[in-house]
Amino acid sequence: MIPEATLNHYLALSAILFSIGTAGVFLRRNLITILLSVEVMLNAVNLTFVAVDRYLGSVDGQIIVFFVMTVAAAEAAVGLAIVIALFRHKDTLNPDAFTNLKW
Amino acid sequence: MAGLYFWIFAVIAVVASLAVVGQKNPMYSVLLLITSFGALSGLYILLNAPFVAAIQIIIYAGAIMVLFLFVVMLLNVPTEDPVQGYHVKLLGGAGPRHFGAVLSVVLVGELIFVLSRLRLAPMPETSGPMTSVYQIGLKLYREYAFAFEATSVLILLAMVGAVILARKES
Repeated sequence: MIPEATLNHYLALSAILFSIGTAGVFLRRNLITILLSVEVMLNAVNLTFVAVDRYLGSVDGQIIVFFVMTVAAAEAAVGLAIVIALFRHKDTLNPDAFTNLKW
Repeated sequence: MAGLYFWIFAVIAVVASLAVVGQKNPMYSVLLLITSFGALSGLYILLNAPFVAAIQIIIYAGAIMVLFLFVVMLLNVPTEDPVQGYHVKLLGGAGPRHFGAVLSVVLVGELIFVLSRLRLAPMPETSGPMTSVYQIGLKLYREYAFAFEATSVLILLAMVGAVILARKES
């Protein structure tokens, strides 16, 4: 019989997902994949909120998750618009190509 | 039984997220991320949060990921630029990326350290039913009413900003 999952299990899972997202942001060279990695990180944080919420028996964390999702939607819309504008400009999605602001 | 479900969903979420980061083709990355979101939604059900599970599927998998899919198909760049020059080393490369890789390792170390020191009790038994949308709605429109209204302004700004940014210059 597998024991019931504790809060530690959920926090560990959330930490693993967050680390995967961080590694994706730093190691990938595709703007769209970088945005997807940011979504993975946001979801890891959401999981922490809901798990602690369940632990404390409140609903505030679920409301925060609601706000995180709206911010994620706004971030995805603006981020993808910027990606489209950048792609029109340089015909590539490699972030190393956009170095005009680099001195 | 809930313990088994936790492990199933956790393994799906971690494997799908690893594949998202490991994929060369952004199309597959988006579809795998939807799989990961489905597993997370199952975890939210296990955590007695059916409202979050529902909006995870409806908003995240249904709306945000479709937006990503549209852009991936619009740009049609199925491959990543090959690594060149001093980028060839796995964790090497330009200064910021090298630094970032080190920071990721430091982050993982910190998380392992903190989690190994945590001594938390198991989840308390819930006697009542799952958190209802009614409870969440009451809190959202009373305590968090200002934040809710501010969010609507944020969404409006993001919408206008996205249209202006993605518009063709005439």
